[in-house]
Amino acid sequence: MATHLSAADTRPRHKRVLPGLSLSLGTSLLFISLILLLPMSGLVMQSVDMGWDRYWQVISDERVVASYKVTLWAALLASIFNGFFGLLLAWVLVRYEFPGRRILDALVDLPFALPTAVAGITLATLYAQNGWYGEILESLGLKVAYTPWGIVLAMAFTSIPFVVRTVQPVLEELSPEEEEAGMTLGASDWSVFRRVIFPALWPALMTGVALSFTRSLGEFGAVIFIAGNMPYVSEITSLMIFVSLQEFDFPAASAIASVVLMASLILLFAINIWQARYLRRLHGRS
Amino acid sequence: MSILIENISKHFGQFQALSPLSLDINEGEMIGLLGPSGSGKTTLLRIIAGLEGADTGRIQFGDRDVTNLHVRDRRVGFVFQNYALFRHMTVADNVAFGLEVLPRKERPSPTEIKNRVMHLLEMVQLEHLASRFPSQLSGGQKQRIALARALATQPEVLLLDEPFGALDAKVRKELRRWLRGLHDELGFTSVFVTHDQEEALELSDRVVVMSNGHIEQIDQPGALYASPNSRFVFDFLGNANVFEGKVENGKWQNQQASIALPNGTEQKDGQLYIRSHEFFVSTEPTAQANLPLRVIAINPIGAEVRLELTPIDWQSNDVWEIDLPHKAFDKNCFEKGQTLYVTPKAGYFFAHDAQQPVLLNWETEKTKLTEKS
Repeated sequence: MATHLSAADTRPRHKRVLPGLSLSLGTSLLFISLILLLPMSGLVMQSVDMGWDRYWQVISDERVVASYKVTLWAALLASIFNGFFGLLLAWVLVRYEFPGRRILDALVDLPFALPTAVAGITLATLYAQNGWYGEILESLGLKVAYTPWGIVLAMAFTSIPFVVRTVQPVLEELSPEEEEAGMTLGASDWSVFRRVIFPALWPALMTGVALSFTRSLGEFGAVIFIAGNMPYVSEITSLMIFVSLQEFDFPAASAIASVVLMASLILLFAINIWQARYLRRLHGRS
Repeated sequence: MSILIENISKHFGQFQALSPLSLDINEGEMIGLLGPSGSGKTTLLRIIAGLEGADTGRIQFGDRDVTNLHVRDRRVGFVFQNYALFRHMTVADNVAFGLEVLPRKERPSPTEIKNRVMHLLEMVQLEHLASRFPSQLSGGQKQRIALARALATQPEVLLLDEPFGALDAKVRKELRRWLRGLHDELGFTSVFVTHDQEEALELSDRVVVMSNGHIEQIDQPGALYASPNSRFVFDFLGNANVFEGKVENGKWQNQQASIALPNGTEQKDGQLYIRSHEFFVSTEPTAQANLPLRVIAINPIGAEVRLELTPIDWQSNDVWEIDLPHKAFDKNCFEKGQTLYVTPKAGYFFAHDAQQPVLLNWETEKTKLTEKS
């Protein structure tokens, strides 16, 4: 081994530490194909089989369209809520030292670790009319469980880590000098936040919110337990897919699924392009 | 605006960053805070700015007591070590920031702001970069923009934290001269922090030398160099060789090496500090000194040749450095590994029990001696 090394040492080195482009890219593409592209094309294939008319009929069914609306609105509200609350949580975790900070930091990932069904059942129990929170809210005239608000709640719960975890590192890297510079120039705390800190966080926050939104579009397990699943009122699109599957109507299920897929893809691409533009300005590759 | 600092102290946890210290800065003066890292110079600067609160003491700008004033109300210009430009704003927006955030009543109109920004950019000679982003600028350009931004609100006090630390030597020199010009032209009071003695001596009206949260000495650059009042200042301001000596038979002795005491010097043990250019060099010991040294490196630097030497048969903690004019060097033609003897012309003596140095001068005696023979 030693002789082998010394022999190699005499030659000039070209090789990088990591394996070359062909090997690493090849492996990555293979895995992407296996776990992403293949199932996705299967989905498309299945919906293509059914023909355009039937496809359109399935995805524009009144009940399904109502579920789009419910899902979109709920996901939108949930991700906006997460935008505010996730930013606040990330801010607290990065900016302040307090007992239990590490525990709180670890807890943020809980929604990812917890089986979504468990989350759904827990939330449903808590917010039901006789649950701990539900009772209080009921007395205030608010019903959460088994209404669209329950959907928003479940979506917000399962997708908040996206916002916290995308904003947190950016916030950590933010140099305190920029804030101090703002203050020495006479800016108020609010001005410093709005003009100095927020623009730096903005791309990460948008990405986090978009991820949270797309995750919410597809959320199933947590939502169905608390949604009440009333047709036209609190049925989400994922449930419509599930219902079709239960009726063994696989093409219909894939047709609806392809709509969710398209929506998610378009959103993710859009956010990526936008973010790349914004960051290019920040890091000076114009 | 004059700045009065009275009994300011600060500690971080157990660490005493600043022991109570006082400092008077006159209007229009340029003060350099010089010291090694950890000496408290940046802390002092940040306390003057209001970015850090002092534990005790008082700060006054002119007649105004600003001790409890928030940084945003102190109206100082502050230039950060790493520039701290706002990355998402253009150069022009960066410079305009201080004006944009003024309360509506005091804020100039948008066209007025635009004019003032252009004027400031002209002043720092970078008007052509107005629409660039900070990431597209070089270090020197960033520093100028940071200065223009700090000066936009026309502060009467400008504070700079290691302003040229991250720049290369040539740009640093250029900016230094330019900053001094700007200071003299606009007449603000400046305080800057540096660990570079050359920068402090060249740029300041007075230099404040700091160590371990204390002020060691405050003096004009020339006076500081001529009469350092402590071992620390001597060490820090430069290139002094230290000879640890015990008095024996009218000589300071260190194992095999010795230096004669000049006439009338108190017979005390202590350390001799001799600057690198205050030496004769010979190939034999002289009557006045026997300091054998071995040449380990020869570096031509500008007008002089610097020899690095290690002691032979005596002790010194550091490598000795001796600067010779090229002429003297060429005459002797020293080589690496060669043994040579040095004789001090002048130096400073710190007795073990004293804080203040005694100035030593062998020159006068030597001329007397040669006259006799």
